[in-house]
Amino acid sequence: MADYPQDLLYHPEHDWARIDPTHPEIATFGITWYAQDSLGEVVFFDPPEVGTQVRQGESYAEVESVKAVSDVIAPLSGEVVEVNGALGDASEKINEDPYGDGWMVKVRCSDPSERDALLDADAYAAQLD
Amino acid sequence: MAAAASETLRRTALFDRHVAAGARLVPFAGWEMPVQYAGVREEHLAVRSRAGVFDVSHMGEVETRGPGALAFLQRMLSNDVSTIAPGGAQYGVLCREDGGVLDDLFTYRLADDRYLTVTNAANHAKDLAWLRAHAAGFEVELADRLDDYAMLAVQGPQARALLAPLTDGELPARFRTAELTVAGVPALVCGTGYTGEDGVELLCAPGGAGPIWDALLAAGVTPAGLAARDTLWLEVCYHLYGNDLMESRGPIEAGLGWCCKEATGFVGSAAVAAARAAGPAEKLVPFELTGPGIPRQGNPVVGGGEVTSGTFSPSLERGVGMAYVPAARAAVGTELEIDVRGKHRAAVVKDKPLYRKDG
Repeated sequence: MADYPQDLLYHPEHDWARIDPTHPEIATFGITWYAQDSLGEVVFFDPPEVGTQVRQGESYAEVESVKAVSDVIAPLSGEVVEVNGALGDASEKINEDPYGDGWMVKVRCSDPSERDALLDADAYAAQLD
Repeated sequence: MAAAASETLRRTALFDRHVAAGARLVPFAGWEMPVQYAGVREEHLAVRSRAGVFDVSHMGEVETRGPGALAFLQRMLSNDVSTIAPGGAQYGVLCREDGGVLDDLFTYRLADDRYLTVTNAANHAKDLAWLRAHAAGFEVELADRLDDYAMLAVQGPQARALLAPLTDGELPARFRTAELTVAGVPALVCGTGYTGEDGVELLCAPGGAGPIWDALLAAGVTPAGLAARDTLWLEVCYHLYGNDLMESRGPIEAGLGWCCKEATGFVGSAAVAAARAAGPAEKLVPFELTGPGIPRQGNPVVGGGEVTSGTFSPSLERGVGMAYVPAARAAVGTELEIDVRGKHRAAVVKDKPLYRKDG
């Protein structure tokens, strides 16, 4: 069922960022429970390459269900330092565990102040209604 | 969005059952239709391995009756309607004078001088107007039966076995029809379908669709939505009007020359004969991607051509589609590149169907 963990920051386009507590310049990105539920079963994840510069609010990857393709929006700006390669053969993890095994990329963030534009879990969930 | 749109959308007799079954409902050709229930992959595989039921009540029906029914339909439909025996069924297309395809449709011969033609939902009004405009001079009566029928498709290798105990007679063979009761409801049962699997399609009064639906689900048939229907027909390279068929294309380039019998003199037959003699500049071909990616309708084929249908094939577990390509590049085995939103994806032209049982 719908789930929006308290420890994440949310972009209104249904993306989350988890700030690494020990390396606060590194954030992990993924899509929210709402996003994967709307999309249906994910059958293909097209990731960016490591080293790609992503910009807050812009698409950095594509995720596809049988029926449709969706852009994945970066909640923060920075450089991609790691891609979840496991999704290549197991894109269903995006549905099964959107905040865990379904993570998409890790990014070295370029502007900590951008976090102020993101929503906390309650604010994100409220705007879904 | 869906709530606002639903006020102008039509609902089938099974709408409440779709909601109860957890369907996601979407607008489709003016109707509010179930696109999926449990999930497209699960529904798709249920139809391939066992049996699924689709509500296709949005499809239209036109009845043609009278002493001139055969002569009229022979004039209008591309196939040789005279070869349909009473109780038989036949696929054909409806063409403009210039050969452009107005619709593709199945026609059932209900009696000697009574035929029922099933139209695509989006084309029903257009087809009916076209038929009526050509009826002068024929001893024929045309009736719009859209509101008189609900339609269910029961498809899959076990469809007949699960359906048989619900009926009072023998199920019809492929491309045959039978008037039976199903779950106590009078129904026209047709040995046709759109999935590449064995099975039947049922036409009944809208009020009877609910009891049939309930009995099918109780028998273990899986409810399946339009999304699974799309992946099923595309795997076996059937055509979808509006994707692969359109008024600006003729049946020869679409690979439907087999259901065009120009000698019958149907409307458009001269143009179809000319296209057949000259050979089409482009041909509709099935293809599959050899690497990652999913082709979609409208993607350009690099070097010429366009994808008209594309999806992820749950059976083959890769991107598949159909595209019009220059005739010189239509041979099986030809390597193509599909421009999927700026990324060139490697593909190869395949034989029909893309999916075959037993590999």
